[in-house]
Amino acid sequence: MKRLLPMLAIFSLFLAGCGREDLSVLRPQGPVAQGQYDLIKLSISIMLVVLVIVFAISAYVIIKFRRRPEHTEMPEQVEGNFKLEVIWTVIPLILVLVLAVPTVKEVFAFGEDHANDKNAIQVKVNAHQYWWEFEYPQFGITTAQDLIIPTNKKIAFELKTSDVIHSFWVPSLSGKLDTNPDGTLNRFSFSAPKEGVYRGKCAELCGPSHGFMEFKVKSVSPESFETWKAAMKAPMVAIEDKALAETFKNQCLTCHAVGDQGTAVGPNLTGVGSRESVASILLNSETNDEGNPVLENMKEWLHDPQLVKPGNKMPSPKDLGLTDAEIDGIAEYLANYKLEY
Amino acid sequence: MANVHTEHGNGQLPQYPEKATLEGRNKILAFWLFLGGEAVLFGTLFATFLTLRNQTNEGPTAAELFSLPLTAAATFILLVSSLTSVFAIQALHRHKVKELITWLIVTVLLGIGFLALEIYEFYEYMHLENFGMTTSAFSSAFYTLVGFHGAHVAFGVLWIGVLIGQLYKKGLTVVTAPKIYVSAMYWHFIDVVWVFIFTVVYLLGKVG
Amino acid sequence: MAHAHSVKRYKGLMDWLTTVDHKKIAILYLLSGGLFFAIGGFEAILIRLQLIKPMNDMLEAQTFNELITMHGTTMIFLGVMPIVFALMNAIIPLQIGARDVAFPFLNSLGFWTFLFGGILLNLSWVMGGAPDAGWTSYTPLSSTMYSPSHGVDFYTVGLQIAGLGTLIGGLNFLATIITMRAPGMSYMRMPMFTWASFVTSAMILFAFPAITVGLVLLTFDRVLGANFFNVDGGGNPVLWQHIFWIFGHPEVYILILPAFGIISEVIPTFARKRLFGYSSMVFATILIAFLGFMVWAHHMFTTGLGPVANALFSISTMLIAVPTGIKIFNWLFTMWGGQVKFNTANLFAVGFIPTFTMGGVTGVMLASAPADFQFHDTYFVVAHFHYVIVGGMVFGLLSGLHYWWPKMFGRVLNETLGKWTFWTFAIGFHMTFFVQHFLGLMGMQRRVFTYLPNQGFDTMNLVSTVGAFLMGVGIIFFTINIIKSFMQPKGCANDPWEDGRTLEWTIPSPPPEYNFKQIPLVRGLDAYWKEKAAGNTEMTPAEPIGPIHMPSPTIIPFVMSVGIFIAGLGLMFSGEEFSSSFMSFIFNNWIVCGLGLLITFGSMLMRSLFDDHGWHIEPEEFEEEGYKHG
Repeated sequence: MKRLLPMLAIFSLFLAGCGREDLSVLRPQGPVAQGQYDLIKLSISIMLVVLVIVFAISAYVIIKFRRRPEHTEMPEQVEGNFKLEVIWTVIPLILVLVLAVPTVKEVFAFGEDHANDKNAIQVKVNAHQYWWEFEYPQFGITTAQDLIIPTNKKIAFELKTSDVIHSFWVPSLSGKLDTNPDGTLNRFSFSAPKEGVYRGKCAELCGPSHGFMEFKVKSVSPESFETWKAAMKAPMVAIEDKALAETFKNQCLTCHAVGDQGTAVGPNLTGVGSRESVASILLNSETNDEGNPVLENMKEWLHDPQLVKPGNKMPSPKDLGLTDAEIDGIAEYLANYKLEY
Repeated sequence: MANVHTEHGNGQLPQYPEKATLEGRNKILAFWLFLGGEAVLFGTLFATFLTLRNQTNEGPTAAELFSLPLTAAATFILLVSSLTSVFAIQALHRHKVKELITWLIVTVLLGIGFLALEIYEFYEYMHLENFGMTTSAFSSAFYTLVGFHGAHVAFGVLWIGVLIGQLYKKGLTVVTAPKIYVSAMYWHFIDVVWVFIFTVVYLLGKVG
Repeated sequence: MAHAHSVKRYKGLMDWLTTVDHKKIAILYLLSGGLFFAIGGFEAILIRLQLIKPMNDMLEAQTFNELITMHGTTMIFLGVMPIVFALMNAIIPLQIGARDVAFPFLNSLGFWTFLFGGILLNLSWVMGGAPDAGWTSYTPLSSTMYSPSHGVDFYTVGLQIAGLGTLIGGLNFLATIITMRAPGMSYMRMPMFTWASFVTSAMILFAFPAITVGLVLLTFDRVLGANFFNVDGGGNPVLWQHIFWIFGHPEVYILILPAFGIISEVIPTFARKRLFGYSSMVFATILIAFLGFMVWAHHMFTTGLGPVANALFSISTMLIAVPTGIKIFNWLFTMWGGQVKFNTANLFAVGFIPTFTMGGVTGVMLASAPADFQFHDTYFVVAHFHYVIVGGMVFGLLSGLHYWWPKMFGRVLNETLGKWTFWTFAIGFHMTFFVQHFLGLMGMQRRVFTYLPNQGFDTMNLVSTVGAFLMGVGIIFFTINIIKSFMQPKGCANDPWEDGRTLEWTIPSPPPEYNFKQIPLVRGLDAYWKEKAAGNTEMTPAEPIGPIHMPSPTIIPFVMSVGIFIAGLGLMFSGEEFSSSFMSFIFNNWIVCGLGLLITFGSMLMRSLFDDHGWHIEPEEFEEEGYKHG
């Protein structure tokens, strides 16, 4: 082990350069991801030792034992060597053991169930083609796409799907687990010590827009979390234009819930303007900074949802008979529907 | 390999005509291997059935559905047919062609009897109990497992039937003997599978 | 000869449709395997082109999913496996000193069912859309509700038919190796390639029935409305994952073991040394096969099987590293003290060792369940299995093809072109897949049709795509080499490498129809080498010269396979509403399906009723040019 340590250190430096802080497995931002990362580092180190040995012997053999013109005699026909065979059976066995012990430890640590932990925040994740629903049963709140969590608090998840199998993955906070249909639900937990926005992805092929089924985990201070909870429970902000409000009610709230209104079939839209993205891939922070990116994204999405996310289940507002002006109006309303927290 | 298809010089069949030629021996060996594969096939079907047997989806359950007397009769018929096929092989080793044919015919008839009971059983479930392929996961697993076995029995009946015809035409030779022997192996195998079905599907369904 | 029967001999196309000669069937396997490999390779290039830059819109998302599904399915079931079968057919009977396989008829049947299964699967492209649920076709994504086209039906039915062919092939080789070995060739004198094929065949026999059942269940769900995987009807989608991987993991070893066998032939030949630690190699092969059946759930760590199962499957998976390690070091020490010649065949064999080791070590990393929660379904896994399958299997196959090409076709492949093939393919391979390890670790999940910019994925994806093209160039060099070789006349020596160790090098290249004029007597491991070392130029025969019995050519296997093909189409479209009422009538009433089955079972009946007595080649007909010495 001692000899492995300097190598581990070099490695951490090298690997840490890899990827975004909010996305990369190699830059863990929470204890769960850190534990998995440590195991990854250990396994890479052991495997590098193996690779170095194999590569060194290969190189030596390839150079030293080439056929040369002076080779007229046949080489000695060696049947084998019992001692060597034992060596290369036992050493790999030991290496495997070195990896197996922490593996088993970590497996059971990860398998701990916090479903009844009063100190943990319970979150029910419900995956849909191609969006994520987050329900907080303790608070009676449901939201979508952005999972808001307080820092340093254990978040205990129950994962399920309402259609095909997806996989819930926030690389910088934890490894993934599948969302299965009722009957085989999965549970696990993680926590985020630092405030920040972490990228989450669906990691199981779930249809055409599998690659676009992203979400964000937003870790905020405990105070902000309380404010957010309160804001989520506030009644829906009304639309001023009466006709537009009627259209919104008849065409949008039949599937979406906003504040205390609507139906929970599609994603909950409460405070959708303050989320990190529209439709999970139109990022509000990274699109062109001229004007209002949230509004631009909302318009792009509402004018042609299939173009943004092929195969998604939202009917195109145009097909529902909404005029361009109505769509723009609703986009504006939603883009400005922000929660302060 | 030159004398592969010839009978022994004196025109006499060897005592074990099914193993007299390389082809015959190969056939028997390969059939053992094939039965190994078949065992995995049925093993997977059994595993599937065991996983899904309580998923009745508000349809009929095993306890409501099955009638043990009927399946016990089917089991009895099939077990007897296994015995008659043993008699057939004994007749083969004694080179008694007529006896062999008789026992094979009895085996086939018993096989047909078994199939008739099974078809009756399926018919009852489907039309009287409203228990079809699409009713529940249990029904799908039941029909698939038992149906696969039934299809094997049906194939065996046709196969042995064809072999009986060949025995009439060609007689008992080193070419026909391995075929008879292999078909008997097959028949025993589907018999064993049925014993498992009787236990796992019917008895366990009634009791557990 | 009193028992000689006259037999109808065919020429041209009919010769190929009716042949039961293992050497010709090998060529058929190679041709069709090569064709499917080209299709799969083209699909790979399209995939890589789509991923060349972020937010690329070259392909539609649906098309992309069809491409990844068909790429995986085609490469594994229709590309690589048939090429393995080609080499097994071409070489195994020669290596064990036999005139043919145990069941020439079944051999032909296995090929034709495989081919028609493969054709059926690929017909999906032109018949309403290819399967789109991934090569693993996890339910419920592969159910009719989420995959309403007939794509997945083509997958289930096509693979059942092709799988039947593979199963028949495996059974045949098991029987062949058990019963057809030449006198003196005990199990522990068998060449390693024969051993590997033997173990592979056993694995096929026990693994393929499981996937057949899985595919039948999925077919029933889709066509008959059964509820095996349908949650609303009480079904269980995780059951599919178990059945798939109980087959799927052994399948990986079914692919890699023959490559191990090839490497174990090529390296000793060109190092002029016997295989180091032969008996431990045999033992390791069997152990790998054995362990291969008890690690399937490591593909399902993230399914949520619980910590106990995850821990057990982690450990059993890691254990496979031990026998694999034994193999790696035995190959290295075979070369140690040898006189290693680096021609193309050996370049691929020697290149295999470090490349495969890289795939092996990532395999051990993946075995650690908690770490796998991060690796699973990312590009890290894509890199891992391509290192094993391409860096292992395909390197092995290319080595074997260069090595045995003279034996199969009587012509040696060009060395210069061969070296170009090796270097472009090997460099392209590492370019394509090495960076994918890091893509996965940086958060790129697999099977995404495109990705957002600014995630740090762009450069590596570009490198990967360029590498894929370089691999394509390598394959083009190989193709040119093949074409060039056929423009030369036949006539290479029995033992063109001059260091051949096993029986196939004692007979002409290509061998005559009957392979061995006289079955040889085997006096040790590396039978030919042993005779050469004793100063002999040829094998001691184990039988006097006499007429040789041969099986008759027959069209029945071909017709049987056509029947299964028709029945498969009939089954798939049994619930379809056609615009023509006639079509609806014949499909919806199961007439087409029944007709297909009738053709198949009718052919079987014919085969049973009319005995094939075969025919004889008389000594005076033996090919004159036979038995020349290199």
